[in-house]
Amino acid sequence: MIRFLLRKFGLLIPTFIGVSIIAFAFIRLLPGDPITLLAGERGVSAERYEALQAAYGFDKPIIVQYVNYLGDILQGDFGTSIVTKRPVLEEFMQLFPATLELSICAIILATAIGIPAGILAAVRRGSFTDQSIMGVALVGYSMPIFWWGLLLIILFSGVLQWTPVSGRISLLYYFPQVTGFMLIDSLLSGQAGAFKSAVSHLILPTIVLATIPLAVIARQTRSAMLEVLSEDYVRTARSKGLGPFRVIGLHALRNALIPVVTTIGLQVGVLLAGAILTESIFSWPGIGKWMVDSVFKRDYSVVQGGLLLIAGMIMLVNLLVDLVYGLINPRIRR
Amino acid sequence: MSLLEIRNLSVTFDTASGPFRAVDGVDVSVDAREILSIVGESGSGKSVSMLALMGLLPDTATVTADMMRFDGRDLLTMTKRQKRSVIGRDIAMIFQEPMSSLNPCFTVEFQISEMLRRHTDLDRSARRKRAIELMEAVGIPSPEKRLGTFPHQLSGGMSQRVMIAMATSCRPKLLIADEPTTALDVTIQAQILDLLKDLCADNDMALVLITHDMGVVAQMADRVQVQYAGQKVEEQQVRPLFADPHHPYTAALLSALPERATARGHLPSIRGVVPGQFDRPPGCLFEPRCSFAVESCRRGAERQGPDLGYALCNRPLINGVPADERVADAQVKA
Amino acid sequence: MTDTSQIVEEDLEHVEEHAGPARRGRLGEFWYYFSQNRGAVTGLVVFTIIVLVALFAPLIAPHSPSLQNRDAFLVPPFWQEGGNAAYILGTDAVGRDILSRLIFGARFSLFIGVFVVVLAMTTGIIIGLIAGYVRGWVDTAIMRVMDVILAFPSLLLALVLVAILGPGLLNAMIAIALVLQPHFVRLTRASVMSERNREYVISSRVAGAGVFRLMFITILPNCMAPLIVQGTLSFSNAILDAAALGFLGMGAQPPTPEWGTMLAEAREFILRAWWVVTFPGLAILVTVLAINLMGDGMRDALDPRLKKS
Repeated sequence: MIRFLLRKFGLLIPTFIGVSIIAFAFIRLLPGDPITLLAGERGVSAERYEALQAAYGFDKPIIVQYVNYLGDILQGDFGTSIVTKRPVLEEFMQLFPATLELSICAIILATAIGIPAGILAAVRRGSFTDQSIMGVALVGYSMPIFWWGLLLIILFSGVLQWTPVSGRISLLYYFPQVTGFMLIDSLLSGQAGAFKSAVSHLILPTIVLATIPLAVIARQTRSAMLEVLSEDYVRTARSKGLGPFRVIGLHALRNALIPVVTTIGLQVGVLLAGAILTESIFSWPGIGKWMVDSVFKRDYSVVQGGLLLIAGMIMLVNLLVDLVYGLINPRIRR
Repeated sequence: MSLLEIRNLSVTFDTASGPFRAVDGVDVSVDAREILSIVGESGSGKSVSMLALMGLLPDTATVTADMMRFDGRDLLTMTKRQKRSVIGRDIAMIFQEPMSSLNPCFTVEFQISEMLRRHTDLDRSARRKRAIELMEAVGIPSPEKRLGTFPHQLSGGMSQRVMIAMATSCRPKLLIADEPTTALDVTIQAQILDLLKDLCADNDMALVLITHDMGVVAQMADRVQVQYAGQKVEEQQVRPLFADPHHPYTAALLSALPERATARGHLPSIRGVVPGQFDRPPGCLFEPRCSFAVESCRRGAERQGPDLGYALCNRPLINGVPADERVADAQVKA
Repeated sequence: MTDTSQIVEEDLEHVEEHAGPARRGRLGEFWYYFSQNRGAVTGLVVFTIIVLVALFAPLIAPHSPSLQNRDAFLVPPFWQEGGNAAYILGTDAVGRDILSRLIFGARFSLFIGVFVVVLAMTTGIIIGLIAGYVRGWVDTAIMRVMDVILAFPSLLLALVLVAILGPGLLNAMIAIALVLQPHFVRLTRASVMSERNREYVISSRVAGAGVFRLMFITILPNCMAPLIVQGTLSFSNAILDAAALGFLGMGAQPPTPEWGTMLAEAREFILRAWWVVTFPGLAILVTVLAINLMGDGMRDALDPRLKKS
């Protein structure tokens, strides 16, 4: 098991180096001079230009520049925002909990509905139930989620006036960030109504972000279950006189979950791509919106650092998925 | 009274290209402590009839029977729930592919004691003790150490032993073994067959042994039932069957045994294949492959009495010669 | 007995690879299974209609997609109060007919799909063939690069690429093609690796076929099935991603009647004029859904495991 993980981790190193090369190259590939770009709108004087070039090391050979860059990253220095002048890592850490909270809620929603729906469709293969579930799943899978978000806003915020349009919590409430998770912080604050407000802000973005993973998980669960249900050991389980719940919910599902967990893990990348759109629609102050805003503000050092941090995080999550995969698949466990 | 009594069992599968009758009016009866062997080529419906008894067929199968009694209870009128308390406890089954019949996600102990948990009141430690006992009884060395192993760590022979331990864990009155040694090495085959025979004697258990191997039949069975294309074509005690088969198909099967090869070393084979869904002959199903067939065989086959092994044949063989020819010969001589 | 006959049949199939009858037999079988699938046929019909609408857009559209009617700002669809039969689906904030813009938008979406799939597929197949055929360090290097591309969320990478290349439809399409292309590389490489040691390839090599002939004429046609399915899925992904980039303001630029861009322009009116937001998104959804239905049908028809016996 440990050897398995170490091997997986070893495979990540070249990928991480590649990712860092892309992030490193990004600023140098932009049309125009990097110093001018980094200086932003106001421009720089000639002396200042020289000083900056030396400070950023742009006068050194490209290999040296890259090694220095890699060294900075390993020390936790991901550059400084051109606009806010704050370290990129610090901004990232501040905004990340918002994205994490949204993503966790979305993945919970997608799993909690997607897996049972997929099981039901597989067990009732070919029935009306199966066709309806798979039809809805395909619509979800084909959904332009930025439009889906707008539709939900029109319906729930516009027509019905049930939910707020944007943000994480009503401006009426103010309390210090403890965990960064609004749901938990609002409870800790003890202010009446704060939790309710946080929940109502979270509902629509969660639905929007969960849509595609939900559809993918339901489809994957169905096909994994169909494969497993025709296996000999399911017949063995039934020959023991076990009831359908135990046969399907334990013997079949336990095996079908192995590919489904991998699928759920792969949804992390999808989720972060979705977060870019979802957060933009709902003005959710997370890293997705942060990245889009930075692209527009031409805050390229944030884009560069964010790119690397996000890719690194996805790689870590994939490692975690491999770990879970190893835990639930006895053929890998040692 | 017989332990198991099935009359006129038919199984029809609903396939994409129309209904297919896999079992056609078969009778099966098994006495307590008896070993009955059901013999036939693949496609003869021998497994399907037993899977129908166990209730293990997919939803596409329609099962009908005039009678299905086990140990004095009517299986046809039982609810599914009632039937599940008989299946596993009183009638157990082992399968052709032991490696894929065990659930890869659960330990040997879990799978054996799950049966005990379902059908007995034993507590956890008692179940564990019983599991060790059972594993010892089926010849698994150092069973305490094997409790925690997963199926992929076991060989085919070991897997089948675990399956047998599991199937016999509630001391069933009837064990159905569906080609239990086909997937195993020849040396292991003999061991497993000996084990099954011993278990029957020790536990007062009846055994239905499904096989296509006449050698296995000779070694194991008390009584033999030969099936062809979903029909029972002959039924006799094992000695008289080998000495004097009455149905041409049985005779052909026996003459295909290597030990009975002709002096020149030529091993006869039955020409043609079992009829499938679309090429069922109108009369006797064996007629196209039968070397004794006459015109009347194209219209149907007659069921003979017990002295001719209930052979489903118009011209049952006596000592290798069709009965009507013997009569004709006798008349000529007279 | 049965085993031998199967092997013989398989060999024959490969021998007759380029002969007419065998090809038509396969296509016929494919069409048989595809046409059995109601969803797939529906998808095909809808998609065909969209293609026709795009082709004949100038003939069908009641108005010019860019004509601004200053007397008709935010006119609702004709069935709503204040609606006007001249503008069936209403008008947008500067008085352009939404239906006409949608009809012309179909051209952009289909063009995006075709452009991206052709670009991603050709580069992906070539790189994949090289990786799978040459193996060794070339293969390792290529696959590591693909891993790196796949390590980023696709939309984020496309967004950043557009930031480098500059906003615009062409750059957005290039960025999306680059992001989608690793899937083709992986698929091609995997198929090539399983095919390259098959008897028919070896016999062709023994017969003296050159490397290019082996790669493109002998091996490639036998790897096409999964690639076509992936191509269909990429087509719908390309439309979705391009619309998303347009929505974020990084794709096609206004006043292009691209559906995602239309949504971006409509955002500020979402609580005042639902139709400006609803119809472009619906057009995206219907198009993508039709393509995905076809893709599912093709996958099922090409996957022998799922076929009913």
